Amino acid sequence: MMPSSASSQWALAEAALAAFSVAPHALGGIWVRSPPGPVRTLFLELAEDWQLSTIAKRIPLHAQESRLLGGIELTQTLATGKLHWESGLLAQSHGGVVTLTMAERVQRQTIAHLCSALDAGSLTLAREGLSQTVPAAFGVIALDEGLEGEQPQTALTERLGLRVDLGSLSIHDALSSDIDSANLRNAQARWAAVALDDALVEALAATTLALGIDSPRAMVLTARLIKILAALEGRSEAIDADLERAVVMALAHRSTRLPELPPENADEEAREPEPQDEQTEEPESPDNQEQPEITPPLDAVIEAAIAHIPPGLLASLRQGHQPRGKSSSGGKSGTQQRHKQRGRPVGTEAGDPRKGSRLNLMATLRAAAPWQTLRRQQAPADRQGQLQIKPSDFRTTRFRHRRESTTLFVVDASGSAAMHRMAEAKGAVELLLADCYSRRDSVALIAFRGDKAELLLPPTRSLVRAKKALAALPGGGGTPLAHAVELTTLLSEQILRDGATPTAVFLTDGVANIARDGTPGRQRAKEEAMTAAKHFRALNSRALVIDASPRAQQKARELADALGGQYLAMPQADAAGMRNIVRSAEAVN
Amino acid sequence: MAAPYPFTAIVAQQDMKLALLIAAVDQGVGGVLIMGDRGTGKSTAIRALAALLPKIPVVANCAYNCDPERATAGHCQSCQQEKAGSPKKTTTVSIPVVDLPLGATEDRVIGALDIERALHAGEKAFEPGLLARAHRGFLYIDEVNLLEDHIVDALLDVAASGENVVEREGLSIRHPARFVLVGSGNPEEGELRPQLLDRFGLSVDVATPQDVASRVEIIRQRDRYEQDPDSFIKQWRRKESAQRRRIEQARLQVALVSTPDEVLEFAASLCLQLGTDGLRGELTLLRAGRALAALNKKDIITCDDIRSVAPMVLRHRLRRDPLDESGSDSRIARVLESMEAS
Repeated sequence: MMPSSASSQWALAEAALAAFSVAPHALGGIWVRSPPGPVRTLFLELAEDWQLSTIAKRIPLHAQESRLLGGIELTQTLATGKLHWESGLLAQSHGGVVTLTMAERVQRQTIAHLCSALDAGSLTLAREGLSQTVPAAFGVIALDEGLEGEQPQTALTERLGLRVDLGSLSIHDALSSDIDSANLRNAQARWAAVALDDALVEALAATTLALGIDSPRAMVLTARLIKILAALEGRSEAIDADLERAVVMALAHRSTRLPELPPENADEEAREPEPQDEQTEEPESPDNQEQPEITPPLDAVIEAAIAHIPPGLLASLRQGHQPRGKSSSGGKSGTQQRHKQRGRPVGTEAGDPRKGSRLNLMATLRAAAPWQTLRRQQAPADRQGQLQIKPSDFRTTRFRHRRESTTLFVVDASGSAAMHRMAEAKGAVELLLADCYSRRDSVALIAFRGDKAELLLPPTRSLVRAKKALAALPGGGGTPLAHAVELTTLLSEQILRDGATPTAVFLTDGVANIARDGTPGRQRAKEEAMTAAKHFRALNSRALVIDASPRAQQKARELADALGGQYLAMPQADAAGMRNIVRSAEAVN
Repeated sequence: MAAPYPFTAIVAQQDMKLALLIAAVDQGVGGVLIMGDRGTGKSTAIRALAALLPKIPVVANCAYNCDPERATAGHCQSCQQEKAGSPKKTTTVSIPVVDLPLGATEDRVIGALDIERALHAGEKAFEPGLLARAHRGFLYIDEVNLLEDHIVDALLDVAASGENVVEREGLSIRHPARFVLVGSGNPEEGELRPQLLDRFGLSVDVATPQDVASRVEIIRQRDRYEQDPDSFIKQWRRKESAQRRRIEQARLQVALVSTPDEVLEFAASLCLQLGTDGLRGELTLLRAGRALAALNKKDIITCDDIRSVAPMVLRHRLRRDPLDESGSDSRIARVLESMEAS
């Protein structure tokens, strides 16, 4: 099977949609990667046509928690004095389909609720005095308009059984199909009973192994998909072709490694299938001991899967990278967060406590007080004696919680170029401190020379202190890069824990020659530096390597890669230039 | 609502199952941290465990699951205020397994002023939070490494002291909150704060089996369960109730397990050689070992018990050596081997 032509790609998307329509909840959902446009519109219209239940909800980007989960209907509750519950979007979607727009930007919290509903088919609520479990089984259509490298959070995509990519299609490729809803209903009634024979399940398990897919959830979802595809064809038993199509729709994009097909031209392999079956049995593959006999359809299945691995992913797999699922808003190193619950209280505002902000009781009572006489006169006789508070009186505490950023300069003070580099680094520190005077940002400086690295300036906002610490700084000697990276990692961890965002700026040519224990030796020094860099990378924190040597050094680039950071060659590193680079690097996130 | 997938039907993942069983036998062992890839059945296992847990007696209508058999000192304020002489009504409930969902707010976790009653009746009443409900049971946090820092702060304090102290919105409440913290997460999402890591007694890494046969088994079992959950659960009922009895008996027996000196020495020298900080490692080793012995219906703990639980007890307590590429597990294995030899 070759990287499919446009119209067959559309047919595949259509088949995936048909399967989804048959059993939205069982498949979790469908991840639609496509910019908005006529093709996507057509696809969504089709989804609407094929939908078997009448329930369809749309979740906008910033849906509030109280709308998603439901909550107390405050106005009613206060007016009647009895609890009135309004059900949330997710519970209302039970049995139907939820469309998530701009899925790549949805807040972590919304995703978390969606995921727990997808897992359990129900929602357990612990809100506002009500604890109950409500059914919420639905399928998700996640519309992903992400650019290259941007995608919905893996927690969500992991749970969506299907993926279609409409990005490269034009409206002319979208041919009409012969699937109708009678077809779908028929499949809906019968898919659960479709038989999966042992060879097929084995082939599925072997495929996940070969593609390096470790999520049992993916296997289970694919097994369901196989049954649904068979049911759509009117069969009561799944066959190899179902497996092949299911793998293409549900597994190809999850690959984390390329199976042991002859490497450089997998596409060509796919085009003209090799006659010999031994090709996957290369001795160095660790998996092969566990799959002594490869079931006949496996080769074809894996080839089909490879042909449908998204191009970007395929390229990075070829280079032997583990794809790093970077989600746009996951993790904890968001630069700025507006907190409703945390930070410095900065006064109160009129607001709704259901949105997660904290009710400020005193302010609320104060707001209600002037109205009491008036309201008591209007209140029914049995409530005369009570405090009359209306939703408009609610006051919530405002918090300001800004993530500070801390710029960490790590300066190579070894060798001859040291004096120049140090002078410019000092200049950059001063410039940064000067213009962040009004912000809550701080700067730190580590210098490494001789046999160890030293923290010369702990994170500070004080310009005076910085000048004093940097005044006398000798240079020269060896390059203990490993120790410097280690110290940077430690300090970054500490900064993260304090709730700030560190940016490490390395000023070095990346040539290490002093090992961690202070002994000279290039090879060991370099290895240790790289190992230390890997640990830094695990922090997932920003790093910049500025290469200030007259000619760009390969080693500095390697260091940047190992740190998971950016590399910049700046033969004439000057203070102002560095400040600008750091500023722009911090602005990216 | 579909019944949860049976605990005993979970394919492979022996470590995770054992750690959860040990925590169910001796809740004093501390929490269980389960880290691993997505979809490896971490949540499934915990929901399944909930169905296996025995019932405990509680004071009727007590929001904090107070234990009627305990001295009043450990009770919540409302149970203490009732006349000491009057016998309390008791009832039995299953050991609670409370979910702390991601995005939970501080007021829902630690409890807060009951707004409705404050406004309507003018009463200053406390609405207990998740910590109150988890008292004497399990508190489960999925994606524990993504938990907001201020929630972690609240948890750390309560987990250490066993008591929740609420001072907010004009309320001043304290109530007991002793629970087993169960956290799960994906290591790629981020690190755990060291203080939080320290609260977990046991830690296990889960990974998907790397052989076709187990994977086939996973797909098959799941498919059978989905096709007909009721009859699937019926098939496993005997194993499930055997497992439940095993937990119940072990809970009774664990206090009677005796600890010979040589085992104490073994545990101490193991910790010494691995250089773990503090005594907590040794104490947890012994508790977990005793729970394991009780699960195996033995009344004396042996060095082998310690050996089996050592990885899950000590894995997260080792000093991180940034230049030792071999993980904690292999260090523990190395030390265990060298102790065997000597």
